[in-house]
Amino acid sequence: MKKYIRIVDTTLRDGMHAVSHQFTPDDMAEIAEGLDRAGIDTIEIGHGDGLGGSSYQYGFAAASDEEYLKTVSRVLKNAKLDILLLPGIGTMKELELAAKYDAKVARIATHVTEADIGEQHIKLAKELGMEAIGFLMMVHMVPPEKVAEQAKLFESYGADRVYITDSAGAMTPKDVVARIKAVKEAVSIPVGYHAHNNLSLAMANTLVAVEAGADMVDATCKGLGAGAGNTQTEVLVAVLDKLGYSTGVDLYKIMDVADDIVAPKMKRPQVIDKNSLSIGYAGVYGSFLLHALRGAEKFNVDARDILVECGRRKTVGGQEDMIIDVAYELSQKRRAKLANC
Amino acid sequence: MAKKIKAAIIGPGNIGMDLMFKLMKSEYIELEMVVGIIPESEGLALARENGYKTSHEGIKAILGNKEIKIVFDATGAKPHLMHAPLLKEDGKIAIDLTPAAVGPYVVPPVNLGEHIDSPNINMVTCGGQATVPIVAAINEVADVEYAEIVATISSRSAGPGTRQNIDEFTQTTARALEVIGGAEKGKAIIILNPAEPPIIMRDTVYTKVKNPDEKAIRDAVEKMVAKVQEYVPGYRSKVPPIVDGDKVTTMLEVEGAGDYLPKYSGNLDIMTAAAKAVGERIAKKLLEETAKEVV
Repeated sequence: MKKYIRIVDTTLRDGMHAVSHQFTPDDMAEIAEGLDRAGIDTIEIGHGDGLGGSSYQYGFAAASDEEYLKTVSRVLKNAKLDILLLPGIGTMKELELAAKYDAKVARIATHVTEADIGEQHIKLAKELGMEAIGFLMMVHMVPPEKVAEQAKLFESYGADRVYITDSAGAMTPKDVVARIKAVKEAVSIPVGYHAHNNLSLAMANTLVAVEAGADMVDATCKGLGAGAGNTQTEVLVAVLDKLGYSTGVDLYKIMDVADDIVAPKMKRPQVIDKNSLSIGYAGVYGSFLLHALRGAEKFNVDARDILVECGRRKTVGGQEDMIIDVAYELSQKRRAKLANC
Repeated sequence: MAKKIKAAIIGPGNIGMDLMFKLMKSEYIELEMVVGIIPESEGLALARENGYKTSHEGIKAILGNKEIKIVFDATGAKPHLMHAPLLKEDGKIAIDLTPAAVGPYVVPPVNLGEHIDSPNINMVTCGGQATVPIVAAINEVADVEYAEIVATISSRSAGPGTRQNIDEFTQTTARALEVIGGAEKGKAIIILNPAEPPIIMRDTVYTKVKNPDEKAIRDAVEKMVAKVQEYVPGYRSKVPPIVDGDKVTTMLEVEGAGDYLPKYSGNLDIMTAAAKAVGERIAKKLLEETAKEVV
């Protein structure tokens, strides 16, 4: 029998970064309906930074968490509705709201060294009858043993699964395998993997993760997502099929969703350009991209300088305000230099 | 004037110890006792080394001691809920550094005057102490509709209490932005950063204002920063207010005084410094009252 790989399509969550969180509830419902029809197992929705993410810091979404949840939950027939929550941004109140709208999966996301801030949220998700997933972000910043240690914490809180997330799209296949293996050895719960394409390695990394034992992976239609985007759902379905895995997804139908429904809603082409490549190279959180472009314009500096400096300062996910700080400092420094001439 | 007002600290953890070192330098408060519940506590040993009475019997050791007028509670929300009624009954003023919020929220440069007679005062959160003054200052001149703050602290300075109750931080801070800051709606975000060497606490304050008068906003913020600096010398504006339409962005940095805790933990320093500022104002008032009675 073919090995089953569960695909989480996160076009409607990670993809929100690429459209500055401007999908409307109707856009989401239309895409979600298509994904459901194509046989996608799990559909993640919401602001790019998860529940409660709508803010000055990350950008205001076109609608509230509740409006998205309500509209999408109405159209799903088979797929499981999934939400992301970053403790420190979203709270247990929002988790309860998601459960009210029948979200079946809660991914509790923390920086790779801070799993303990998610203990209460994992426990609440379980109490609410949801599948609880501990989602470790920015795993490239620490060695595999540290990732394993934090995965164990999530397991001890009662998480059903733990995710290894390359939020910066900064890892090479070797880095991915080492982390998946270390975590697989440390925990007895299943392991998932989430890639970004800043180094053009999203697909390759997803495949080596699957080979190393990940049985749940993330992808987005057209690769829509933070930075250079994610592993492309429709391509992943085709590739996994060729490699002899089953996904339960209908290839033609998912291609149609990607090209006919998602593509017309895109604001800009999802490509690797000098800025998204800089994100992967510097190891910076993927959603910094559009914020860095805006900061670069406002303060008249190079977006790459902002991103590289953010990397040097070891910023973590969620620190979008650092971009303004860095851009301001770079502009002041340049002004000082000019004054010296 | 009488000498000094006697006080005690409950909870000899990081916060309690930093506060102890700060109170050593107080003009108005004489720290009498530090109590905890673990006999072999390092904090209690340190308090003894510094010449303070200690007890591991917790609040019991303080109750009934009529000399102690002010009690700083640096335990946790649950213990403080138990301590609060006992302290009140015993006629002691409680300065609460936990998220219990039994008494009104106080941020010294904004609303201490209003609550100086309250038997229980709550110190909000570190993020609240750092950002509410700025929101209040902007609100004064520009009328704040929405305030959002992002506090980034080093992982090392976030203890187990903060970690296990991270929602309390965001909810309490958001509420303080409304109740004391004067925003119609508040939102708070907290981020832990594990970088080594540890980062200094940073706070970003975004506000949406009805009257975006850049000069008035800059002046108000500058004045408020100076007021906070009176009790937190390491508090500074990193990026002065940037006015963009009706959006105002201000960035702050809070470096600790390094009394007991390392300088990067400005988030803890601003809590203990604010608690000391509140305690001193109350002590000063009590001393003045005693002086009057003598006359």
